Amino acid sequence: MLHLIKFKYNNEHTLIIIFIKMNLSESQRVTIEEHVETFLKKPGALLPLMHAIQDSLGYIPEDSYPIISAAFNLSIAEIHGFVTFYHHFRTSPSGKNILQVCRAESCQSMGSDGIESYCKKVLGIDYHETSKDGAITLEPVYCLGNCACSPSVMMNDKVIGRITPEKIDNIIKAAK
Amino acid sequence: MAYKIYIPIDSTALSLGANDVFEAISAEAQKRQINLNIVRNGSRGLFWLEPLVEVETEKGRVAFGPVSTNDVEKLFDNEFFLGREGELFLGLTDELSWLKNQERLTFARVGITDPLDIADYEKHSGFKGLKNAIKLEPQLIVKEVADSGLRGRGGAAFPTGIKWQTVLDTPSKTKYIVCNADEGDSGTFSDRMIMEDDPFVLIEGMIIAGMAVGAEYGYIYLRSEYPDAQHVLNKAIKIAKEKGYLGSNILGSGYNFDLEVTRAAGAYICGEETSLLESLEGKRGMVRYKPPLPAIEGLYGKPTVVNNVITLATVPIIMDKGALFYADFGMGRSKGTLPIQLAGNLKQTGLIEKAFGISLKELLYDFGGGSFTGKPIKAVQVGGPLGAFLPEAQFDTPLDYEKFSEINAVVGHGGIVAFDDATDMAKMARYSFEFCAIESCGKCTPCRIGSTRGMEVIDRIKEGVDQDKNEQLLRDLGETMVNGSLCAMGGMTPFPVISALNFFPKDFGLEKKETSA
Repeated sequence: MLHLIKFKYNNEHTLIIIFIKMNLSESQRVTIEEHVETFLKKPGALLPLMHAIQDSLGYIPEDSYPIISAAFNLSIAEIHGFVTFYHHFRTSPSGKNILQVCRAESCQSMGSDGIESYCKKVLGIDYHETSKDGAITLEPVYCLGNCACSPSVMMNDKVIGRITPEKIDNIIKAAK
Repeated sequence: MAYKIYIPIDSTALSLGANDVFEAISAEAQKRQINLNIVRNGSRGLFWLEPLVEVETEKGRVAFGPVSTNDVEKLFDNEFFLGREGELFLGLTDELSWLKNQERLTFARVGITDPLDIADYEKHSGFKGLKNAIKLEPQLIVKEVADSGLRGRGGAAFPTGIKWQTVLDTPSKTKYIVCNADEGDSGTFSDRMIMEDDPFVLIEGMIIAGMAVGAEYGYIYLRSEYPDAQHVLNKAIKIAKEKGYLGSNILGSGYNFDLEVTRAAGAYICGEETSLLESLEGKRGMVRYKPPLPAIEGLYGKPTVVNNVITLATVPIIMDKGALFYADFGMGRSKGTLPIQLAGNLKQTGLIEKAFGISLKELLYDFGGGSFTGKPIKAVQVGGPLGAFLPEAQFDTPLDYEKFSEINAVVGHGGIVAFDDATDMAKMARYSFEFCAIESCGKCTPCRIGSTRGMEVIDRIKEGVDQDKNEQLLRDLGETMVNGSLCAMGGMTPFPVISALNFFPKDFGLEKKETSA
């Protein structure tokens, strides 16, 4: 498949890029191009750009790299290196919800080990995996800043303190 | 007339159901046709009592807590909104010993005001420091901060005045203020509280920093695990712009300053200042060599102040009350106050701002009330995952940068995590290496590879394989990492590991006597 992509730059130049082999859906491609255009002139664009793509699509498709590569004059290796450096970014879709379990010291002192294994057991998955029904992706996290009420988990954007297996059950039930 | 009620919106209070309590109280008030004026304040920092509901009375604010939705009916039956004694009644908030025994300077407003009410901020001495700073030459602002003795509260404790002076003295048309809000240390939450509960104080501190060194743009590099802080900061920045505190010609002073929040992406190493700058520039967060110092060649090669949230948020009170007022608190070369965060296995956890010099013992037992589980406290870790584990024999150590340094420990960002006697310290030491392996940027070999080899050596010691040889190997590895790493990640990971080995050899299966402190 051949794609022609244009970016306005400084209102004077037009950047034209030609690609082959892109397995993005049309809407994904449009979204990525819109975000690229938004951040094209911003210093340090890669960080907010990747957030924007992941917030819109749920992940950063590796097939977006050629577009970003051409727009920012970076190699695909540099973009891959950037994305994989940061734990927050993912290159494949997650489940409907992301459950992050804090593994840091404060939570450990209050028994987070037990919470970790409980989550893995009831969901039947390990970290970085998604439950069979697609409802929950389980991720470790290193501190949520809720250390006064350990152990803690974060369900999507919501932190829950003094977590217990019962509270985990409720979270999972609500996510189904 | 409406009764004034305070229900916190701080994310720890929310993590314990403060929003549900807010909704239940609102609904019950409507049902009983009682007119309430509910303010969503920050947290007072007594997290074991959250959600803490306060009622304004003639004598001052009285507290009820911890309140759950099940308590709401009973509270109304007892007419709590009149501040009447009854179930969950704790008395006047300011008279609670936890708060009464603190010296709140940086946190003076936290929990008292509505975080996004700029008029409330101004009423509580907000922007006074900025207004004083506007009247001063940049050099005099820097001198005031230097004279206060303020040191970097992020962990490295570098004198803020010297850093600012270097940036001021480095000629450049473009300079930057970067706020390090990548608070990744376990056991710390004071940055988060400032950003969520009193965001204008951070903005004010950054504006003053900009005036002092000649910078017109700032970034707050905020960890992605703090979505609530991000929302609050973005709203606060918008409000500050509308009120003329940010933008061109601030309050008619001729100074310009603007700032934005940049969301990080979950890499612990980006709390290290040079790695943070790389990340802000849109690169992998690889640690840079120093020199050049960021103060001379920082963001995009320009002179840059990189300060922690608490450091910047402390500047307004210094500029308001004067350097000497601030320097009067503390001991030795640790001047002023430190926001201490009690966390982990303690009965009473939360935020305590105290002058330097308070002992761990006072913090753990007088403030903390001992362990949550009721078992003896076996060890504490101060200063995050790179801080040493301290045994009970060292609990008399006063919180002071130099005193901690003498016992190979760090005050760091002031986070204290307590562990009870069920804790396996060899497991904690192994975790320190595991964390280092996960979070290392990979630039230095001792950190990148030593962390994984370290886990394996600990495993062998625990399995009883060549224990003497492997113990020596572990100590050698520690020395290599300390001396052969560019930054604190590899350079300090051995602190918790070796301290655990020294003080709790039995947990490693080593039959030696416990080393005395």
